[in-house]
Amino acid sequence: MKKLIIAATVGILFSVTALVSLTAVASGPSIQLDKANNDLSDKESLKKGFKTYINYCLGCHQLQYQRYNRTFSDLGIEEADGVANYMYSGDKIGGHILNSMPEKEAAKWFGSAPPDLTLEARLRSPDWIYTYLRSFHIDESRPFGVNNTVFKDVGMPHVLQNLQGVSTLTVSKQLDDHGKEHEVSSLSPAMGGSLTAEEYDVVVRDLTNFLEYVGEPNKLERKALGYWVLAFLFFFFIISYFLKKEYWKDVH
Amino acid sequence: MLMKLFTDFMGWIDKRLPVTDAWNKHLAQYPAPKNFNFWYFFGSLAMLVLVNQILTGIWLTMNYEPSGEGAFASIEYIMRDVDFGWLLRYMHSTGASAFFVVVYMHMMRGLMYGSYQKPRELLWIFGMLIFLVLMAEAFMGYLLPWGNMSYWGAQVIISLFGAVPIIGDDLTLWIRGDYVISGATLNRFFALHVIAMPLVLVILVFLHILALHEVGSNNPEGVDIKKPKGSVKPEELSKFTFHKQYSEKYDIVDAVPFHPYYSVKDIMGVAGFLFLFCWVMFFAPEGGGYFMEAPNFTPANGLKTPEHIAPVWYFGPFYTILRVVPDKLLGAVAMFGAIVMLFALPWFDRGTVKSVRYRSKLHLVNLIQFAICFVVLGALGTMPATPTANLIGVIASFGYFGFFIALWFYSKNENTKPVPDRIAD
Repeated sequence: MKKLIIAATVGILFSVTALVSLTAVASGPSIQLDKANNDLSDKESLKKGFKTYINYCLGCHQLQYQRYNRTFSDLGIEEADGVANYMYSGDKIGGHILNSMPEKEAAKWFGSAPPDLTLEARLRSPDWIYTYLRSFHIDESRPFGVNNTVFKDVGMPHVLQNLQGVSTLTVSKQLDDHGKEHEVSSLSPAMGGSLTAEEYDVVVRDLTNFLEYVGEPNKLERKALGYWVLAFLFFFFIISYFLKKEYWKDVH
Repeated sequence: MLMKLFTDFMGWIDKRLPVTDAWNKHLAQYPAPKNFNFWYFFGSLAMLVLVNQILTGIWLTMNYEPSGEGAFASIEYIMRDVDFGWLLRYMHSTGASAFFVVVYMHMMRGLMYGSYQKPRELLWIFGMLIFLVLMAEAFMGYLLPWGNMSYWGAQVIISLFGAVPIIGDDLTLWIRGDYVISGATLNRFFALHVIAMPLVLVILVFLHILALHEVGSNNPEGVDIKKPKGSVKPEELSKFTFHKQYSEKYDIVDAVPFHPYYSVKDIMGVAGFLFLFCWVMFFAPEGGGYFMEAPNFTPANGLKTPEHIAPVWYFGPFYTILRVVPDKLLGAVAMFGAIVMLFALPWFDRGTVKSVRYRSKLHLVNLIQFAICFVVLGALGTMPATPTANLIGVIASFGYFGFFIALWFYSKNENTKPVPDRIAD
């Protein structure tokens, strides 16, 4: 019996591993994403990210499922401070974080309407956002003069250009270990922005952090509660084990 | 004083409805073999998950809006604005995947110990019906968040019915209630998901248990604990009291009353299961993108197809069988055939020895290859179709169907080991 279970487990593990590696080879190399290494518990970072969002992103991208007052209380922003510094006049504090861009017109301007970003970090991952915002480069063939290595032919201009400056893309051909030719593209250091590369990375990391928060505002609460639940279940399991043992004494 | 009040009350009830009798018959005096192992936790765990799905489902319904315009936003409303709404939603979404984990283990148990064999064929059929309804329930539930994977997943599955000759197109139209998947489809799926399917599911579970208690539980040894009346020496009879329905007809050996012995043991199983369940739910509710797929975090969009449409993992095995057959109609036939084979399992197996412990090496190997093929098919179902994946899928499909065919051939004159008369201590 033990042999059966072991054989089955080994067989299943082996075949799934083989399968995953086979398919990984088959699907080929994908875009390398940089690690965002953002920290959801860093409220200062979240606040800065929120500010950047309001100043640079909200004009086009709504957060239609997230409310201002919820964001304020989660990020530790006083309401008065929030109303004065994070909101456009006319918005209600209990309202969702919206803009006034007409969707139909926007679709004409950009090729497709700028998507809502409430769940972007869950749709694409924080690392994706972090890498994407650092991957714009000059491409005169595009309407806004820029392209992106993570999201090719994206309809969005490089909104943070005055912070980062612009990079250029160089594509070179390299031989790999097997003598196969690969195109390797690399971005030059950005020039002409008001921030250094390190400062810009911090701005993008804060923004990424904020978007991860907005994607699931309860994430920290969820994990915090999770530890308590698991601790309870652990003790409950031990107690139930001894209870079972006690009852089964009269059987064995 | 209180005790007397309770006894009087129960006496009053029992004269009008046999509650105490039912309690004894199905729990406190139900004879269960004393040698249940790990694999026997999954029946009660399936009940637990069913209850979880029903309860969290009721509370989710209170804030969910079944319409094409409002569904996606109402889920985010539940996630953000409803007190502990996120917990209810994750309990429900994780519960859906857990349901299939538990049910697949439960079915594997049946396969290993021959729990589908005579006289448990009907019990097995009820179980298979539960599995079928569960798949329909899960499929319809997956449309409700109205995310883009919900939409395109449903698109793919509903279009399968289009493969039916002559009436195919009308059939898909009838299922969708529209020419494309739309709010009309969402509304009917909602109705079926929250009322029709759960109702059928609960009735089937009830019948499954009634049928189980009629024929009695099998066990890892595959040895019957009910012996002909008068065939067992009095000192060898089980020392416990069992309901007269069982003890009048049979001599019962090597059994314990389900309650309290298996109720306390199952509580232990529940604790262990909940530990793993909560681990996933609190720390990885997306299940690595398998329980909640990334494209579902953007609303349904009929003009924007996800890069790779994959059904949820638990449909993987059947989806792969569908996909590896080049012809659409034959693919659908193969997929439904895979389920029909399971239904017919009691008749594919012509053997009389139940447990794999006393069956031939060949049967053991067949069972292991079946389990491996099933998992491989499942894994492939979540991956993009490449020529390599397709080839492996074809091989695994042959393994899947081959299990039943081979079983039919070798089980008639199988080289089995002698089965003991009693369950050893």
